[in-house]
Amino acid sequence: MAYVKPQQKYQGKIREVILGEGLKIGGESVLPFYSFDGDLGNVPKIGMEIWDIPPFGWSEKLMNEIKDVAEDPAKWAQYYVKNYNPDFITLRFVGANPDTKDRTPEECAEIAKKVAESVNVPLVIAGCDSNEKNARIFTKVAEALADKNYAFLSAVEANYKEVGAAVGLAYGNIVVAESSVDLNLAKQLNILLTQLGVKPEKMLMNPGISAVGYGFEYVVTTLDRIKLAALEQNDTTLQIPIIMPISFETWKVKESVAEKEDVPEWGDREERGIAMEIATAVGVLTAGADAVILRHPRSFEYIKRFIKEMTN
Amino acid sequence: MALTGMDIYKLLPKKNCKECGFPTCLAFAMKLAQGGVDAGKCPYMSDEAKKKLSEATAPLMKTVKFGSGDKTYTLGGETVLFRHEKTFVNRNRFAVMFNDTMSEEEINEKISRMNGVNYVRINENMFVEIAAVKCESKNKEKYMELLKKVKNECKLAVPMIITDDPEIAKAAVDEVKELGPILFGANEENFEAMVNIAKENNLLLGVEAENLEALYNLVEKIHSLGYKELLLSTKAESAKQLFEDVVNIRRTALISQDRTFGYPTAVFVNRLSEDKFMQLSYASMFIEKYASIIVLDDIDYSLALPLFALRQNIYTDPQRPMRVEQGIYKIGQADENSPLLVTVDFALTYFIVSGEVERSKVPAWVLIPDAGGYSVLTAWAAGKFSGKSIAKAVKDFGVEDKIKTREIIIPGKVAVLKSDIEDALPGWKVVVGTEEAAMIPKFLRDYAAKRS
Repeated sequence: MAYVKPQQKYQGKIREVILGEGLKIGGESVLPFYSFDGDLGNVPKIGMEIWDIPPFGWSEKLMNEIKDVAEDPAKWAQYYVKNYNPDFITLRFVGANPDTKDRTPEECAEIAKKVAESVNVPLVIAGCDSNEKNARIFTKVAEALADKNYAFLSAVEANYKEVGAAVGLAYGNIVVAESSVDLNLAKQLNILLTQLGVKPEKMLMNPGISAVGYGFEYVVTTLDRIKLAALEQNDTTLQIPIIMPISFETWKVKESVAEKEDVPEWGDREERGIAMEIATAVGVLTAGADAVILRHPRSFEYIKRFIKEMTN
Repeated sequence: MALTGMDIYKLLPKKNCKECGFPTCLAFAMKLAQGGVDAGKCPYMSDEAKKKLSEATAPLMKTVKFGSGDKTYTLGGETVLFRHEKTFVNRNRFAVMFNDTMSEEEINEKISRMNGVNYVRINENMFVEIAAVKCESKNKEKYMELLKKVKNECKLAVPMIITDDPEIAKAAVDEVKELGPILFGANEENFEAMVNIAKENNLLLGVEAENLEALYNLVEKIHSLGYKELLLSTKAESAKQLFEDVVNIRRTALISQDRTFGYPTAVFVNRLSEDKFMQLSYASMFIEKYASIIVLDDIDYSLALPLFALRQNIYTDPQRPMRVEQGIYKIGQADENSPLLVTVDFALTYFIVSGEVERSKVPAWVLIPDAGGYSVLTAWAAGKFSGKSIAKAVKDFGVEDKIKTREIIIPGKVAVLKSDIEDALPGWKVVVGTEEAAMIPKFLRDYAAKRS
């Protein structure tokens, strides 16, 4: 008997969302890397993380590499674009936390504008630890960068009205809907944002991310279920491309934080951090992420190569 | 085709005799459909019906074994493509590759790194389970020397013999057969001889072909020789092609319900790239989809920590969340004056909370009572996270002897528990902590500063 290859054809398709002027995200009609089933859509995109303040707690070698630019996020963004050419830059306002610089939304907007002017790739804006403050920061930043089509990470259940109205409706940018590792919560937030008037082409989603080893099975299963609902059952409320800030999680777990002196057998701390970032990124790309945010330039290079190998 | 409970019911005698241990034939039929009971339990079924049933209820993917004693492992036996549909059953196993053209120094270093990776993560021992020993030299003496060395020095690992030469394979099997090795290397040319060696010793036989079509034909030929302890592999040269092959082997078994491909697969990610982090990338992908043996060039903690953690997550049964052991955990250099926090025994919650406590750099104690393995709010709603369970843990784990503080920090989401806990723990004061774990570092730093 001759071998017959199975095929899974789906009626649904993930929407294509354009970040900035022309960075296309999503658009696939098959499971991740299933090019043998059909159209992969746009290859997954990678962004690099920078902060509005000089970073702390980052690995020594990386700090050494960026020491001349870390004081100035605009220069830092330029440095990454020139040397690594990421698809986008993620500017994260750690400096807005009360225990760092407690920056005002106006200050954040000023910085975001400078960074936007300094590079020709789109931005993804990420906030601080407070949802309430993020609503105010995003409003100001979205106003300063009106109609740029930049993404804002994120609108959560607690602030989606303010963030959705400002980012998505008033100032023509993209809202990232963030929920915590549950298909129904993700769906509900997408619906709420849509009811508010945010257009699906102005939406991305982050259904929740953790590092491998830290409840990552929930992340994978949520992604599996979202993609199957979107493709198999043609659930339009879940056909929103997925963006995940890998680095926000992987660099704070024990495997990436513990110093070599404390666990000598584990070896170099930076190597461990990169490995955790790579494995987590591959883990979500294989389950359905359309874009990932990474911190270390070496992880970035590896994930870029991985995506190329899997989509060529 | 798989039968439904109703299909099976039609084949049963419908006597409701209860001799199978079930109250009715219908209940028995439903259990049969789930694969939870053997059809032979029914004493009154016709032979024809029995045959039909055993064919239809045989697993689509075979469960195979290798190793020996406490190092016996099962592979395959998977019933779903996505873990939420039921669960993944038999976790993949990792192998590190040795070959007999490597220098002695290289081999020694590799053995020492491999033996060095051995640790416990949430009640599971983590180490490389397989030593893949490849004959590259075509020289039997040389190969046997390496195999003996690996056998003697990698005590934790089961050998995987890799050769396509039946003569060498035979000698190798004789050397290590008590360890239950995997014999890898049946192909189009040698399969008859290799099947004989595997059959004689009841070994798991690795089968390899250029592509899926060739592999399919080869497995059919091996089936006709009556051997079904197989591990499948293709020689795909690109990651993309190998992924396609592995996914389709699984789908052929589970969707097309064709048992020719109803076996676990082995992937050699070390063939796809020499770079260790590219191997890490591919291995991570194949843990999720759907390899059973993943062969790496080498191992160290930077690879082991993410790979074993990812595997542990993916193979967690969705119906049985991971729990950490109850007890009192010391974070950092905590002493008798350090703060005490309490949270639930749901592994994910514990990991996030202990991670944030670590990040705060404030040495502290984390008390884990028996909270049923649920998250904070669920455990509270179920009455498992209460004054009673917390007071019991304080007593059981000798908290009052270990530390001097009589303040206990509880998750902000269960602030309502304050008086319940204070009633159950005379002399203690409850401090309501943060609603989100992410706020713990700031909270703890402020709390510690206020106390000192």
